[in-house]
Amino acid sequence: MSQVTMTVNGKTASGTVEGRTLLSQFLRENLNLTGTHVGCDTSQCGACVVHVDGKAVKSCTMLASEADGASVDTIEGQANADGSLNTIQQAFQDHHGLQCGFCTPGMVMSAAALLKDNPKPSEAEIRDYLEGNICRCTGYHNIVKAIMAASGQDVEAIAAE
Amino acid sequence: MPKDHGIGASPKRREDVRFLTGEGNYTDDMNIHGQAYVHFLRSDVAHATITGIDTSAAEAMPGVVRIFTGADFEGVGGLPCGWQVTDKHGEPMQEPAHPVLAQGKVRHVGDPIAAVVADSLEQARDAAEAIEVDLEELPAVVDMKAALEEGATKVHDDLTSNLCYDWGFVEEAKPEVDAAFERAAHVTTLELVNQRMVANPMEPRVAIGDYNRATDEHTLYTTSQNPHVIRLLMGAFVLGIPEHKLRVVAPDVGGGFGTKIFHYAEEAFCTFAAKACNRPVKWTSSRSEAFMSDAHGRDHVTKIELALDADNNFIALRTDTLANMGAYLSTFAPSVPTWLHGTLMAGNYKTPLIHVNVRAVFTNTVPVDAYRGAGRPEATFQLERVIDKAARELGVDPIALRRQNFITEFPYATPVAVEYDTGDYHGTMDALERLMDRDGFAARRAESEARGKLRGLGVNCYIEACGIAPSNLVGQLGARAGLYDAATVRVNATGSISVMVGAHSHGQGHETSFPQVVADMIGIDESQIDIVHGDSSKIPFGMGTYGSRSIAVCGSAMVRATEKIISKAKKIAAHLLEASDADIELKDGQFTVAGTDKSVAWGDVTLAAYVPHNYPLEDIEPGLEETAFYDPANFTYPSGAYACEVEVDPDTGKVTIERFAAADDFGNIINPMIVDGQVHGGIGQGIGQALLENCVYDSDGQLMTGSYMDYAMPRADDVPFYAVDHSSQTPCTHNPLGVKGCGEAGAIGSPPSVINAVVDALQSGGHNVTHIDMPASPARVWAAMNQ
Repeated sequence: MSQVTMTVNGKTASGTVEGRTLLSQFLRENLNLTGTHVGCDTSQCGACVVHVDGKAVKSCTMLASEADGASVDTIEGQANADGSLNTIQQAFQDHHGLQCGFCTPGMVMSAAALLKDNPKPSEAEIRDYLEGNICRCTGYHNIVKAIMAASGQDVEAIAAE
Repeated sequence: MPKDHGIGASPKRREDVRFLTGEGNYTDDMNIHGQAYVHFLRSDVAHATITGIDTSAAEAMPGVVRIFTGADFEGVGGLPCGWQVTDKHGEPMQEPAHPVLAQGKVRHVGDPIAAVVADSLEQARDAAEAIEVDLEELPAVVDMKAALEEGATKVHDDLTSNLCYDWGFVEEAKPEVDAAFERAAHVTTLELVNQRMVANPMEPRVAIGDYNRATDEHTLYTTSQNPHVIRLLMGAFVLGIPEHKLRVVAPDVGGGFGTKIFHYAEEAFCTFAAKACNRPVKWTSSRSEAFMSDAHGRDHVTKIELALDADNNFIALRTDTLANMGAYLSTFAPSVPTWLHGTLMAGNYKTPLIHVNVRAVFTNTVPVDAYRGAGRPEATFQLERVIDKAARELGVDPIALRRQNFITEFPYATPVAVEYDTGDYHGTMDALERLMDRDGFAARRAESEARGKLRGLGVNCYIEACGIAPSNLVGQLGARAGLYDAATVRVNATGSISVMVGAHSHGQGHETSFPQVVADMIGIDESQIDIVHGDSSKIPFGMGTYGSRSIAVCGSAMVRATEKIISKAKKIAAHLLEASDADIELKDGQFTVAGTDKSVAWGDVTLAAYVPHNYPLEDIEPGLEETAFYDPANFTYPSGAYACEVEVDPDTGKVTIERFAAADDFGNIINPMIVDGQVHGGIGQGIGQALLENCVYDSDGQLMTGSYMDYAMPRADDVPFYAVDHSSQTPCTHNPLGVKGCGEAGAIGSPPSVINAVVDALQSGGHNVTHIDMPASPARVWAAMNQ
């Protein structure tokens, strides 16, 4: 067992973990930040994406001890200071970019990482970037549309309604 | 101008805020004080006799609370099957026992042998590794044809064979069907596989059992599409707990797609173990565990024959299907290849003579049950593929051949036992032809060919039977449950409303769409109305969400209960306005005496119901709460026409979906945004089946696709934007909302158009390919081109 300390959503968080404890587990179980979801065990689905020192990371693929001293951002820290949805979150609601909501935290965190590096991605760039985030509900249509809208692009012309 | 509220509007989903901020409450997010964790030790072989289990070393491991094996469940009921199919000779299907933990034998990879309950999950896993299990391996039964051969190893020793049932439908029609084939001008035959699928909702299953010794009450928190069904099955058939002592809660559930309908061993185990260990017991499936324990879908092998006369009219259809049941009968498994498949074989066409034969087979594989569409995608795929093949053989346009044979008059009684109430198949096809830009295809194909690619266009129609289901009918067909639904409308003193509904929302957006209906009926703002779902202690009853039934069946119950509310509220209003009930009109939340300006507001009436100082107490009770149960008179019959354009890279066999268009007729629509989303998701899954997904066992019964590394889920870059259209609307005639249901359509309607398009592309390149089995992977397509 070892002690880890990290900054999570701007606040200092510490805990005692086993060597095998994953970052996703630490967030969910030690910190009760259950917005980070675990949908697979092979680093494929992306429901657990968080930002570690500003980079998108699958938190099921990183040991909690590896994040010692890091700055971690999760879905719980994404809303605006007044509690309202941020631009990406709002675009997901406006364009029905979520259904069951399980993949959503990872999608939002991945989208945020993408838009940070590429403020106006094309449809193809968005689809390529989301390769590591699986959604079973939406067929991706409205997720891609929401991310385009969040980046200020006109999505009215996108196929059908 | 689109509506901005009520039925037909698309308000933003109210559930989204919690999901977008990480504040959803999924089962794995819940932890109960003092809970222990269970890890299941599962079989790693497909078929074996258990000759010994030694748990002594494991029991001495740190943190272990208790280890359970099959012996602990002797005398406890097995997992029940909810549907009994009767075979073509009038005999009931063969129905094996399905123990909670394996007893004597394991029958598929993933069959649970032992369960370790420990203080932490890690301790439970560590201890499970210390359990010594002696297994004497037996030959595995994997291939369905081999399973039915004389002398084949039996999956269940106490059954006469691996045949669950041999079902003929309609058996009496067979001689006439065969005779039609004798006189046919043309017969098209197709043999195909509808491959085994894994539903893969993104949230793996979770169960938490809790027991209150003081009150003798059990609570099960579970990832279910239908908590009341679990309460009924587990309470009555497995653990013997009466309903009033058993609460089943399904909080936020991360997708279902059918596989969360069924009652699973892990639910019964956690409920049982919570009492046995006197502490809450939690199980969270890993994805790897999900692949070997969630019920799979599809897995049919079919020969279909279509007979046409000299004028290309369909005169008869004949099918022969092997349907995999897996090692045990999952909750609704027997109904899927029979009543949810055979009854759909007429499709959109007036084929007068149809015979469907289905043999359901036990194998040493994970049980197979309903997966999005359940039986109807299997019916649609074979029918729409054989029609396309016939069109090619006859050299006629595939859309024209379909149109020529469309049913045009409604109601229409099919030769396969169901009566379609409404539809407009030409109208829906017209909508599709506009949407798909058929005229532009030649230019798009030329452009693809100029880049060295092949381009294909495929279309298909579909019909589905939704709004499941009339109880008296399904009872005759073998269902062991009623399939009505229920809703309670509780109006509070200040006029706000809670609607307790038996349907469960796990992505469908009921929390937004259901209030739209009640708001429309009363004329108040939707924000005053909430629905309550997913908790058997709060809701009168309900059969849950599947079969595109939520709005058609539970929504109808909600309408009926709201009608009762309005009727009573009008009596109260009449009293307050000193008028006759019959003269009271309700509009925009105001009760008015017809022809006068005398009115009273909704809130005044609801307040009077709870503060009955000036109230007709001699005629009606105080309070304003009503319940309705609704049992549908018929199924609903959504229909549609879909088109897909693909590009095939002849060098690699890689298929790319270039365009996808879907025209559906769902009858009336409550929330167009949500309906579009349901169709998008269904198409995504259908494209997954057509091009990517395949659950594979090797000949020893080893699961070769046990994770997302091996099982190809559709990703964002595998699919295009979809063009969808719901302008073709023929309202259902027998439910109060005129709705048909939209949840499964996309998954039912999309696979055939994809494969039809792939075949079209390959033929355009001069390849004599008449069929390609799903998934049309690059390897398969390349092999087909280079055979």
